[in-house]
Amino acid sequence: MTFHRPITPSVVLRDLSRSFRGKTVLDRVSLEIPRGQFVALLGESGSGKTTLLRALAGLDDDAETAGHFQVAGSSSVLFQDSRLLPWMSVIGNVTLGLRRPDGRAAALEMLEAVGLGDKADVWPSTLSGGQKQRASLARSLLREPDVLLADEPFGALDALTRLRMQALLLRLVERQRPTVILVTHDVEEALLLSDRILVLKDGRIAEDHPVRMPQPRRVDHPDFAGLRQTLLSSLGVEAETV
Amino acid sequence: MTDVTSGGNFYVAGRAGERSPAAPRGGARAVRLPPERLPPGLRLLGPALVVLAWEAASRLGLLSPATLTAPSTALVTGYQMFSDGSLLPHLLASAGRAYSGLFLGVLAGVVLALLSGLTRTGEALIDGLVQIKRAVPTLALIPLVIIWLGIGEAMKVFLIFTAVLVPVYINTHAALRGIDIGHIELARTLGLTRGEFIRHVALPGALPGFFVSLRLAVALCWTALVVLELINTQTGIGYLMNRARDWGQTDIIVVGIIIYAVLGLVSDAVVRAVEARVLSYRRSLGS
Repeated sequence: MTFHRPITPSVVLRDLSRSFRGKTVLDRVSLEIPRGQFVALLGESGSGKTTLLRALAGLDDDAETAGHFQVAGSSSVLFQDSRLLPWMSVIGNVTLGLRRPDGRAAALEMLEAVGLGDKADVWPSTLSGGQKQRASLARSLLREPDVLLADEPFGALDALTRLRMQALLLRLVERQRPTVILVTHDVEEALLLSDRILVLKDGRIAEDHPVRMPQPRRVDHPDFAGLRQTLLSSLGVEAETV
Repeated sequence: MTDVTSGGNFYVAGRAGERSPAAPRGGARAVRLPPERLPPGLRLLGPALVVLAWEAASRLGLLSPATLTAPSTALVTGYQMFSDGSLLPHLLASAGRAYSGLFLGVLAGVVLALLSGLTRTGEALIDGLVQIKRAVPTLALIPLVIIWLGIGEAMKVFLIFTAVLVPVYINTHAALRGIDIGHIELARTLGLTRGEFIRHVALPGALPGFFVSLRLAVALCWTALVVLELINTQTGIGYLMNRARDWGQTDIIVVGIIIYAVLGLVSDAVVRAVEARVLSYRRSLGS
């Protein structure tokens, strides 16, 4: 994943702070993400990783904010709960608010790509958790966003489904090459997917690790275990417990 | 290959003393926390028992016709009134009042709920007024409305209208205000316009609340009618019942009660059927 990567920043944060009712959640975060980079945000609960993502998505704008941030081009959010509207068919959900003349055809193609080719016209309530998240992924990527913002998208899935979804995300991201910011609490997920891992602590970026292993990655790669150990201890997990 | 069905059969067919290798998950011995769904028709068991006891009491002479007529007598009277054509004009008069009031009340309730639920100006102007109206019983308005609109049809339809408007407004407004915050965020991140948000998110999300209010409204319009038809009228089921009281005809009173019950049940069933069609995406417990 080293070709076609211009260095124009896709996402820029300058001293971004955000607090909710006086409680500071993001504390002067500065960050630059080049276009096409896959960044994983790791951190304990309350470290500010979701707040950072939601800020970039343009949400929580009623919070007290200082500093500024910029997202170049379009963005799309992949929520942990797939947020499909229950009263719309799967394809209705996927094309909701889509402004493209070939919307339906493109949506069918995208549903095919995520393995839901035969589910276009069913209600979301008939889908499994993994299928819902596939539909949600299709909805996000159909918009061909410049920046994909994913908030623990696989956090609620079972382990096997999560592995499949990670592979699917990687495959589709390779095709479209958006900048990706993935919030996760899963160290292995971050190591398998991202080019760069940021560790947030108390609303600040505490660590910034490049990940240079080639794709497809394997957990038995020599760099894997070492980086995993580093990340786990910076997340406060003691060595003997893992 | 054993599929779920044959696995279930195996478990059920297992003889006493045999140990089923499969865990009895969902099997015959699993504890059901919510009650099982009632087979169709069994819902009528309670009413049927009451009618039987009532009929028996009348036949045994425990219940004098001057106090309460037997259900069978009421049915015969009802059939006679229907076949000699004396019932239908009254039924049509009542239905006309009830459904005009219902139509106007639902229409106004929904329009006000949309204005108030989707705009701040609307909420500031409308919500307080409707809440005040809610605290005032409809029947307490009768004297004033009689002064304004006289004692004719307009007064009756108007009062049904105001009675129906309140629950329709309250429920629809609450449903619009209670939209899932997650869906609002989704709409923002998808860049929906205000019009798209209202059409695809707010209105469909409020539909279940609207249907609850519609069922209340359908019941209310007939309830209000009973009282209103005691005032200056020569037509309507309420009038028939009132006249029957003067003449001690309990059978006609019971006919009126039965008609109200049937109309209420039928109206409710119609609303529920429409609701089931419109909200077919929901899979829920019971009906």
